[in-house]
Amino acid sequence: MADLQSQNYIRRSASTLTPPSARNHEDEVAKLIDVTRCIGCKACQAACMEWNDLRAPVGTFEGTYDNPLDLDPHTWTLMRFTEYENEQGNLEWLIRKDGCMHCEDPGCLKACPAPGAIVQYANGIVDFISENCIGCGYCVKGCPFNIPRISPVDHKSYKCTLCSDRVAVGLEPACVKACPTGAILFGSKKDMTDWAGERIVDLKSRGFENAGLYDPPGVDGTHVMYVLHHADKPSIYAGLPENPKISATVEFWKGLIKPVALAGIAASVVAGFLHWVIAGPNKVQPEDERQAEHLLSEERRKRESGENPYIGGGGAA
Amino acid sequence: MTRPRGTLIRHPTVTRINHWITATCFVLLMLSGLAMFDPLLYWLSNLFGGGQWTRAVHPWIGLILVVSYAGMIVQFWRDNLWTKDDLAWVRSFDRVLANDEEHVPEVPRFNAGQKFVFWSMALLIPVLLFTGLLMWEVYFGRATSLGTQRVAILIHSLAAIAAIIIWITHVYAGIWVRGSVRAMTQGYVTPGWAWRHHRKWFRALAATGSPGPTPNARDSEARK
Repeated sequence: MADLQSQNYIRRSASTLTPPSARNHEDEVAKLIDVTRCIGCKACQAACMEWNDLRAPVGTFEGTYDNPLDLDPHTWTLMRFTEYENEQGNLEWLIRKDGCMHCEDPGCLKACPAPGAIVQYANGIVDFISENCIGCGYCVKGCPFNIPRISPVDHKSYKCTLCSDRVAVGLEPACVKACPTGAILFGSKKDMTDWAGERIVDLKSRGFENAGLYDPPGVDGTHVMYVLHHADKPSIYAGLPENPKISATVEFWKGLIKPVALAGIAASVVAGFLHWVIAGPNKVQPEDERQAEHLLSEERRKRESGENPYIGGGGAA
Repeated sequence: MTRPRGTLIRHPTVTRINHWITATCFVLLMLSGLAMFDPLLYWLSNLFGGGQWTRAVHPWIGLILVVSYAGMIVQFWRDNLWTKDDLAWVRSFDRVLANDEEHVPEVPRFNAGQKFVFWSMALLIPVLLFTGLLMWEVYFGRATSLGTQRVAILIHSLAAIAAIIIWITHVYAGIWVRGSVRAMTQGYVTPGWAWRHHRKWFRALAATGSPGPTPNARDSEARK
């Protein structure tokens, strides 16, 4: 299923033209993951596998609840478990559902060199269109959250689609449907932000004074947001970035140097052409051949009369 | 190669084959690399059978280029060593551009411009190899940190652009100085060409009676 045009694109990778955008009455959506209500049951992981027909190969046990150990082409969402000792010396079991954050300013899309391999719909979902993907791995370098994974089998990049196929027909993502505690919610970004606000008020009243919403401004906000009990320290949640933004290196590589490089290449071709027009070809003249022949016979004469210090006669007679 | 009577060997057969393998690789790398560098040039990927093929084949061509250019270095490094005379040539570069070589210091087998092309490629190609390996997703995608890969990919792009611009000047010089393309395709130049463009080299050959490319080379390819 490549492109049913069920939703509008607002961004299309490696494209300079405006994508189809007439159907503009779409709300921005968001998935809200309330980490404080998560019990770590992995129903979301199972639902993701089931809806998307994904079966990761069986891995190995490494002494952690994380299973599998990392995202992979078959694992688009993953519960990451952290045992955190708080200031009072008490254990807190932090469980974060990791996966694509669906950035409003997606670094993967910015880095992608293949036209239409990564798109962003008007509702904010960032989606990989596999048939256009060339497997270069630039999206991995562009992503501030280290999410996309390239399959070594088909050389395509994979990540959470936010169930764009379900959302397009008015369903909620599979993980949301499966969550038994209501820790994962889906709706318009505004509704989700409002609901998160209520949750944060409640958490603060229970002593989590740093509770807050993770909707990082460095990527213009995300369409997957977290409610965190310790929003001042996102990194304690299995390395959630403190202030994610597209790397300056990637911005430079995908920004300024592209036009400057093409201009430089074009300028050197033009300079060559102008030189050709102004100075013209550098041709050997009959005079050069005469001088050369003169020198050759001079040297031959010297060699034959034994004046040449290098070698005796012979040579190129 | 049939070499007309009285002409000089500029580049022996092995050198020419080596050069054209390098050239073919460079052109293919440039086309496939530019396709992945700027979306405006993504259509170039069609020459390689689409984006997936372009991505897959580019590093392998690069490896061939590295081996091939190593061969060029082995054959050319000695004649490309920088000398004091090269500075004098650079100072009279305006005369060079004006085709007024009578007022340019006499040039040995290679002039300072050719040496610049040779050594900058000798520098850029290892840089491209090393950064290219770091960004080769299939084999080294997880070998280094993403931060390292981001820097590698930027350096790879910058080095490639520098190499392309140097390549353009190299190709133009070949078109501009008539007889150079034949020197690299059929291998020979006329004595007048050598006198005009590489007089010091020519004097050395004439002194020993050598047909080239070096003063002590003997006439192994018998004149036809």
